[in-house]
Amino acid sequence: MGKGGQLEFPVIRTVGLQGMLVTFADALSEPSNRATLAFQADVAMDGVVETSTSLASVFVRFDPGSVSHDQVRAQLQTLLAARDWYSAALPEGRRFWRVPTVYGTDLAPQLAEAADAAGMSEAQAIDSLGSARVRVLTIGFAASQPYLGTLGEEWDLPRQTALTPMVPSGALVQAIRQFVLFTAPAPTGWRHVGQTGMRLFRPEREDPFALRAGDEMIFEPVAREAFLRLRERDPDSGGAIMTEIAS
Amino acid sequence: MSGFRVLQVGPVVSVQDMGRPGLLERGISQGGAADVLALAEGAALLRQDAGLAALEMGGLGGTFEATGAMRIALTGAPMLATLDGAALAWNASHLVAAGQKLVIGAARRGVYGYLHLGGGIETDRVLGSRAAHLMGGIGRATQAGDVLPAGPDTGHETGLGIGAEDRFSGGALRIVESFQTSLFPADVRERFGATAFTRGGRANRMGVEMVSDGAGFSAAGQLNILSEVIAPGDVQMTGDGKPFVLLRECQTTGGYPRIGTVLPCDLARVAQAGNGAALRFDWVSLQEGLEIQARYEAHVKSLPSRCASLVRDPADMADLLSYQLISGAVSAGADPFDIGENT
Repeated sequence: MGKGGQLEFPVIRTVGLQGMLVTFADALSEPSNRATLAFQADVAMDGVVETSTSLASVFVRFDPGSVSHDQVRAQLQTLLAARDWYSAALPEGRRFWRVPTVYGTDLAPQLAEAADAAGMSEAQAIDSLGSARVRVLTIGFAASQPYLGTLGEEWDLPRQTALTPMVPSGALVQAIRQFVLFTAPAPTGWRHVGQTGMRLFRPEREDPFALRAGDEMIFEPVAREAFLRLRERDPDSGGAIMTEIAS
Repeated sequence: MSGFRVLQVGPVVSVQDMGRPGLLERGISQGGAADVLALAEGAALLRQDAGLAALEMGGLGGTFEATGAMRIALTGAPMLATLDGAALAWNASHLVAAGQKLVIGAARRGVYGYLHLGGGIETDRVLGSRAAHLMGGIGRATQAGDVLPAGPDTGHETGLGIGAEDRFSGGALRIVESFQTSLFPADVRERFGATAFTRGGRANRMGVEMVSDGAGFSAAGQLNILSEVIAPGDVQMTGDGKPFVLLRECQTTGGYPRIGTVLPCDLARVAQAGNGAALRFDWVSLQEGLEIQARYEAHVKSLPSRCASLVRDPADMADLLSYQLISGAVSAGADPFDIGENT
């Protein structure tokens, strides 16, 4: 982006030496997320090593020793022109998850701070976050870790300037109208508002990945004691209930 | 079965190979050895595939007991190594007999040293790789009591040495522009290239903090940028404008903006920079970057031909670890009769 200049979407840009990024929007929206998921499914060309999506972009990693930057860019341009990606359908086989969640307490100590930043009481924040049905927009940052959205405008909170040194596995963190649910303990610039008993990545299993892009989730408020009992009884998903979404 | 029983081990030791490419969309970065050049050098010394797993030792090695005879090689950050008390040359291959004790001490320069076994370390694969991915929750650090089994070894040569490129003391990192570079004003990018950095205290297999005097390096609207894909080598600015160079075990996406991407061939120099090492960033064009990387890849392909017999008995060379063996220099001692020049 030039000084004050706006990009025209979709746009193709380089990522380091060995990648290219196709971006459908600079803000999160339903159509741009759907375009991203559909475009990735159709990228297939010589020299491509792997592809992945983020919220509104598709990343293509390739081997510049076997295919040139110009060739990759030309092929991506042709594919972009092939159809209206913004009107693409969501992927099939999606699931809906209801996940018992403790908001606040010592288990999620930044709820009060987040509620304050959103201009709400803690009780209002729990009502608002605990009733939002959100979609897995993309998997990223760590193994099987979802970015979830979109929350209402009031949750358009910036990231913190300093990192929270460590949140535990299963932590529900919030910023910029989204949640992230943490796979493994990690530092984060987002606020730790809720705690779940979900294990998202189970390397010992045949299918180690709990969630897929397009799945939908609600993080339903439960009391701290009830949560601890659920997590003990069901150490893999902390009492989460999954149903198929008819497409 | 041949292999090593781990009697004692440093805190940052793990089995590593080339990692797991192809799982980016599942949120798993490739991972693998922090210094992949050291993996290739070890493979060249043992005349085996660079995809085999080795033991990566961060800062400090350990004490290992051989459960059978095998070949080993030592590469990466030079460390003090002894076999039953006798000093072993670094950047070299050796024969180990059953029951012998290998002691690997602290790094003399750099951070990550590597212990390679003939046939590779054959622990179980998870998702196609033996590499521990500590950030991703795959595998774990090596602990006392672990056994490192060697795979079938088809080679027999030992006593080879290789001149290793010095990447253990910081220096210049070549960097190209990436898709978020233009979020940083031109004067910030210029100042970034002109700034003297040192490696900070916050450093692991995910990334390395760069410390400098003066103001941080901030992008416009930097706390509200959409999370985007991360490539190893990306230089990410945290909220307060402090740069981190991300390594192969980095997160796969992130919202803190990236000013540019260090070339893959310079990442070992980042990982191997010791605490306080001086580093700087040199902007290069995409075309220059591609040419530099292609030359590096040709160098890696040539490693097997750069290995040569250690002519002096390594046990007599108490000072060997202080040698900077320039690429090719070890061939000065090669036997002319071996290459048929007298016929």
